[in-house]
Amino acid sequence: MKYVDEFRDGDVAQLLAKLIRRTVNPERNYRLMEFCGGHTHAIFRFGIHDLMPENVRFVHGPGCPVCVLPAGRIEAAIKLAEESDVILCTYADLMRVPAGKRDSLHKAKARGADIRMIYSATDALGIAQANRDRQVVFFAIGFETTTPPTAAVLKIAKAMELTNFSVFCNHVLTPPAMAHILSAGEANIDGILGPSHVSTIIGSQAYAGCCEQYAKPIVIAGFEPLDVIQATLMLIRQINEGRCEVENQYTRAVTQSGNKKARALMAETFEMRPIFEWRGLGALPDSALQIRPEYAGFDAEIRFAMQAIATADIKGCICPAVLRGLNNPDECKLFGTACTPEDPKGACMVSSEGACAAYYSFGRYRVTEAKR
Amino acid sequence: MSKPDIGKGLIEMSHGSGGRTSAQLIENLFLRHFDNAWLRAGNDFAAFDVPAGRMVVSTDSHVVTPLFFPGGDIGSLSVHGTINDVAMSGAKPLYLTAGFILEEGFPLAELERIVTSMAKASREAGVPVVTGDTKVVERGKGDGVFINTTGIGIVPEGLNIAGSRATAGDVIIVSGYIGDHGVAILSSREGLEFGTTIESDSAALHTLIADMVAAVPDIHCLRDPTRGGLATTLNELARQSHVGMRLNETSIPVRAEVRGACELLGLDPLYIANEGKLICICPAAAADKLVNLMQQHPLGADAAIIGKVVADERQLVVMQTAFGGQRVVDWLAGEQLPRIC
Repeated sequence: MKYVDEFRDGDVAQLLAKLIRRTVNPERNYRLMEFCGGHTHAIFRFGIHDLMPENVRFVHGPGCPVCVLPAGRIEAAIKLAEESDVILCTYADLMRVPAGKRDSLHKAKARGADIRMIYSATDALGIAQANRDRQVVFFAIGFETTTPPTAAVLKIAKAMELTNFSVFCNHVLTPPAMAHILSAGEANIDGILGPSHVSTIIGSQAYAGCCEQYAKPIVIAGFEPLDVIQATLMLIRQINEGRCEVENQYTRAVTQSGNKKARALMAETFEMRPIFEWRGLGALPDSALQIRPEYAGFDAEIRFAMQAIATADIKGCICPAVLRGLNNPDECKLFGTACTPEDPKGACMVSSEGACAAYYSFGRYRVTEAKR
Repeated sequence: MSKPDIGKGLIEMSHGSGGRTSAQLIENLFLRHFDNAWLRAGNDFAAFDVPAGRMVVSTDSHVVTPLFFPGGDIGSLSVHGTINDVAMSGAKPLYLTAGFILEEGFPLAELERIVTSMAKASREAGVPVVTGDTKVVERGKGDGVFINTTGIGIVPEGLNIAGSRATAGDVIIVSGYIGDHGVAILSSREGLEFGTTIESDSAALHTLIADMVAAVPDIHCLRDPTRGGLATTLNELARQSHVGMRLNETSIPVRAEVRGACELLGLDPLYIANEGKLICICPAAAADKLVNLMQQHPLGADAAIIGKVVADERQLVVMQTAFGGQRVVDWLAGEQLPRIC
C-alpha cells in the first residue's frame, strides 16, 4: 500500500536497529517516553521492542485521548443522555470507557439511552439536522488533533442557527500534560518521542518551552514503525551528545508552526479552561479548552446546566501511575485478571491506544513470560 | 385467493397469523421462489430418505445491517453461511430450512428481493430449502428481517474433520483474501459510507471442500473465519486442539483496498469477518498438493499457506510481522471499534 508500506519496511528497520545498537552507550540506560497512544500501538503491533537493545526502554505516556478523560465527565454525559432525553453522539472507543459504579456509555445505551457512535464531528451535525425535534449533543474529546473538527462544526452550527445542537467539550492540550509529567520528574525519563498528529496542528515549536525548562530532548515522531525507530535513534543521539532540542522526525507532516488555519479556527471558538481534571494526572490549570462566550448557545454544559461529578478511583487500578509513566501495565494487580479488554476496569485497558490494552492484546507480557 | 401486492405492499401482523393472509404470502412469495416438491406438498415438515453414514446438522441466525450490501444481501448470506457451517465437517450439504422473522411495515418488494436472492443462492449451490416458517413482530421490535437457516448434510466415509485435530507440524492454509465481507458491510453502513470497490466474499464453499477432501481425506480441521475473523478462528482452533500457531504476516492475503480501509478506521484485517473463506489445517506433507488443487477452484484461486501448528502449552497464536518483530494475535475483545485518532 502506497505511503504506508514505505514506512513499514522490515529491512530498513533492521538497518536502523543496527545503527541504534551501535550508537547506544552500553554503560547507561535510556528511558524514552512515547507520548502518544498511537506510538504505543505501533510499538506493540509491529514488535519494535524486539529490535531494541536491552538498555533502551519505552515508557508509555499519557497521550491516549480516551484514557485521560476522567470518569466524572463520562458520568455527566450518561446523566445527560438518560435524564434530558438527548441524542448523545460520540467517537467509538469512548463507548466502553469505564465511568463510576461499573457503568459506561455502552451500558447506558443498552438501558435505552439514545447514544450514537459517530465517525466524524460532522456526523453529529447531520443527526441534529435530521432530528429537529430532539436535542443533539456531541460528546467531544481528544487532544489538538480532534479539536479543529469540533471548532468547524461549532461554526457551521452557528451559521445555520441550529437550535438543537450543542457540544460537550472535553478537549485537552498536549504541552501542559507534557510539562506536568516532566515537572513532576517521577517518571525518570531521558527523552520524549513527541506527538505526531497533534503536532501537525500545533507545530513542533509548541514544545520549545517544555524542552528548555526541563532540559529534556524531544523528537516529534510519526506513528509508522519506521518513524518510531528513527525518532528513537535521534533521541539517543541527542542524549549521547548532551543536547536538549526539539527535533522533528515527522517532517512529511509537521512544520514548525503547524496548521495556521486550524489553529485560527480553534482560537475563534475555544478559550482556555482555567482548570481541568485529567484521569491520572489530576487537576491541571490551563490544560484544556472550553467554548468561547460567543458560542455559549452551543455549549452543552451551559444549555443543560451540567454539574461536575466527582468519582472515586477504581480500587487497585494503577492507571494513574501507568499514565504518568511510573508503572508498566503488568505491574497492576488487576491486569489480565479482573481487568481485561472484555471487561475493562481502568481506562488504559479500553482503547487499543491505551498502554494496558496494547500490553494485553499484543500479548507482550506473555511473550516476556515465555522468554523467562 | 387474492395475491399480496408485492410491488407496494407492506408486511402486516396478519402475514404471520397463520390464516389466509399467511398462506397467500407463502404461496405467492416463498413457494414461488423456492419451488420444489417438498414445499409443494404443503406440510409443516419435509420428509426424505436418509442415506447411510454420518450426518451433520448446523444452524445459523442471520442479522445484518444493512440488509443489502456490495456483493450480497441477507438472503444469499443466510444460504451461504449455513451451507458453509455444514460443509466444514467435510459433508455434502443436502437440505436447508428457513425461518423468517419479519417486522411489521417491512416492504414486500424488499422481502421479494431477499427471497429471490436466497432462492438463487440455494439453486446455484444445489441445496434446496425444503421447509420453512414465517413470524411477524410488531413494528419497532425487529430490524426488518431476521433469517434463521438450518442445514443438514452427509459426511463421506473416511473423513474425520474437527477443530480438535490440529497437531504440531501441521500447516495452516487460508483459501483467499481476508476481510472483504466485513469491509464491504462497513463501507455501506449508515454514517460511514465510503467509496470502495470491495464486495463481500459471501459464497458457498462446499464444492471447494468436496474437491479438497477427495484429494486429501486426512484434512485435520476446516473452519470458516466469519465473525471475529481469521485471528479469532485460529485462537478457537488452538484452544480446541491444545496447540499453538505461528503465522507469517507477509503470507496472509489481504487486498490493498481492505488494508487501506482498515488503516483509515484503525481496524485490523485479521479480525474482520469473512463469508466465503475457509481455514484448512492439514499434515505438512499434503499442504502443497492441497494448495495447488484449491487454486484450481474459483473460490480458492488465492489460497496460501500462512503458517504452521506448533506445540505450545499456552496455546498462543504468534505472528512474525512483516516488519521483523513478533506479536501475539489474541482473541477479539468485545467488538472492534474505530479508533479516535
